[in-house]
Amino acid sequence: MNRAHTKKVTLLVLIFNLTVVNLSTKIHNITLKNPVMTASGTFGYGEEFADFIDLSRLGGIIVKGTTGERRQGNPYPRMAETPSGMLNAVGLQNVGVETFCREVYPRIKDIDTKIFVNVSGSSIEEYCHVAEMIDELDNIPGIELNISCPNVKKGGMGFGTNPDMAAQVVRAVRQVYHKTLIVKLTPNVTSVVDIAKAVEQAGADSVSLINTLLGMAIDVERQRPYLSTITGGLSGPCVKPVAVRMVWQVAHAVQIPVVGLGGISTAADALEFLMAGAKAIEVGTANFLDPTVTVKIVEGLEDYCQRHHIDDINDIIGII
Amino acid sequence: MKHITDFTIVCREQLGKHYFALTLRHPDLLPPIAAGQFVEVEVRNCREVMLRRPISIHDVDSSANTLTLLVQIVGNGTRQLATLNEGDTLNLIYPLGHGFSLLGNNPLLVGGGAGIAPLLYLAKCYNDRGVRPTILLGGRTKELIPVREAFEPYGKVLYSTEDGSLGEKGLVTQHSLFFAPYDHICTCGPTPMMKAVGRYAVEKGIPCEVSLENMMACGIGACLCCVTDTVDGHKCVCKEGPVFDVTKLADFLENK
Ligand SMILES: Cc1cc2nc3c(=O)[nH]c(=O)nc-3n(C[C@H](O)[C@H](O)[C@H](O)COP(=O)(O)OP(=O)(O)OC[C@H]3O[C@@H](n4cnc5c(N)ncnc54)[C@H](O)[C@@H]3O)c2cc1C
Ligand SMILES: Cc1cc2nc3c(=O)[nH]c(=O)nc-3n(C[C@H](O)[C@H](O)[C@H](O)COP(=O)(O)O)c2cc1C
Ligand code: FES
Repeated sequence: MNRAHTKKVTLLVLIFNLTVVNLSTKIHNITLKNPVMTASGTFGYGEEFADFIDLSRLGGIIVKGTTGERRQGNPYPRMAETPSGMLNAVGLQNVGVETFCREVYPRIKDIDTKIFVNVSGSSIEEYCHVAEMIDELDNIPGIELNISCPNVKKGGMGFGTNPDMAAQVVRAVRQVYHKTLIVKLTPNVTSVVDIAKAVEQAGADSVSLINTLLGMAIDVERQRPYLSTITGGLSGPCVKPVAVRMVWQVAHAVQIPVVGLGGISTAADALEFLMAGAKAIEVGTANFLDPTVTVKIVEGLEDYCQRHHIDDINDIIGII
Repeated sequence: MKHITDFTIVCREQLGKHYFALTLRHPDLLPPIAAGQFVEVEVRNCREVMLRRPISIHDVDSSANTLTLLVQIVGNGTRQLATLNEGDTLNLIYPLGHGFSLLGNNPLLVGGGAGIAPLLYLAKCYNDRGVRPTILLGGRTKELIPVREAFEPYGKVLYSTEDGSLGEKGLVTQHSLFFAPYDHICTCGPTPMMKAVGRYAVEKGIPCEVSLENMMACGIGACLCCVTDTVDGHKCVCKEGPVFDVTKLADFLENK
């Protein structure tokens, strides 16, 4: 009886293992091996995590925000911990697009995953310049256009907070960039749906959301703000319900694929976004707490599908 | 190579009211660790704390697979760590950052407060090179210095306190033996102390390394939150530091 039982278990395990779950999803014309990507500014160029995980297990990597010129970013202090989250004011510190293409790209181009460059700028010309240069790189199948940046020529107003300005920058980049164009939306707006529709109209192939929520924290002992810039971007588990809501709203309003992010740290979190309508997700702040978290999420998604007898992850995308 | 792994606490020692030391054991051999490197400790079961906390490596015993952390209780995270006991596990990412150069044949190691932590392993590493450093430890009062007899075998240990409760009275930079002809200075502690030590070293032309304690989110060079301003622009303290040559730190030597 004991032996029979063992046999039965072995058989079950075998059958179980033979249930191949399809985790692969598509963003525009890019096939991701699974929906788990990493969020810009939280995963360096991927290299910083190579000691901890096999980077080829990831669906995609979105590298650091890249601008036309090298940027120093904001003065220290640039980070403050807040309940279940953190504020940052890094301010787009990066090596600039030329150094990226010349020095960084050759180091990372052969990582067996989809690598996207997060493109930032202070003017439409700068966005276009960066996008054009990235367009030349064979192993970068797409960019994520970060339109949360202030438009210096328009008095620092965020490109992403006004539908016309958002459409304008997307239209301009669309002219010069020929691969997959994901536009990353800011949550600091009255109607994220209006912005999403505007960038879809302007030629975006996909939208990702959310970027950080504008926040602020004060050190009452020292009687001053924690950040050198006074305000900064909130991220981490505390923003997740806001992000899920926005992803759900946008997924119902546009035809293009939606990439969801904001506070994801477990497979269950990722599933919330997928069910709300995201075709893929990005993991940000959670990488700081556990550099192996992305692979755990991939494994967790697989496990979930097996437990629920789902053989294709696409079957649960947008079910809410 | 960096690791993320669980350690078991094999010894917990309370050092006065403000400090405690945890000795942690791993079942496997430890990787090579340089003096001045640090760990990122996970703080569990604490509602207020999400991010890991950076803590210097105070001591290493590679034959026993142990490392020791010396922690000052300053806030929620360190208070929670203080409740841990022998037998508990602690998850670490380590070894992180870029350590001390171990240069000089007559070095002075100056520590203040929790900045004393990296100096024990540093003193040991100097001894491994056949060099016996002078170790100058300071604090406002005796209670604020985690006195560690462990330093004694590795160098000449001096103390200074502002109230004279231990060693000479005054700041470390006022200690009578601070001005001896050292050929290298390493310092870790409160910023004003490191600045005073750094300024003196630059003035005398003595090579000086300082270990910075900027606020960190990731500890591995991914978030760019921990930068310090250097002559070559912003550098991550977690990756390019925490130990820097003082002459590379822009603004650090100015009195502000
Ligand atoms: C590379 C490095 C090595 C370190 N090594 C040690 C060590 O060996 N032993 C040790 O006790 N501490 C060390 N520290 C400092 C330690 O990381 C902080 O004291 C700790 O993160 C505070 O956490 P908390 O949750 O208890 O305090 P929090 O609640 O986060 O803060 C409490 C108070 O402490 C201040 N504080 C927080 N973080 C720091 C910091 N990094 N530096 C200075 N002040 C801070 C805050 O401004 C606040 O006023 C090190 C820091 C760095 C960057
Ligand atoms: C330290 C830090 C740096 C970031 N840098 C960028 C960036 O350069 N470009 C960008 O589009 N988003 C950036 N973000 C936003 C994240 O990509 C992400 O949208 C946000 O943090 C929400 O996800 P999370 O809660 O999972 O972190 C940054 C976030 C953090 C915490
Ligand atoms: S703490 Fe993240 S880069 Fe240093």
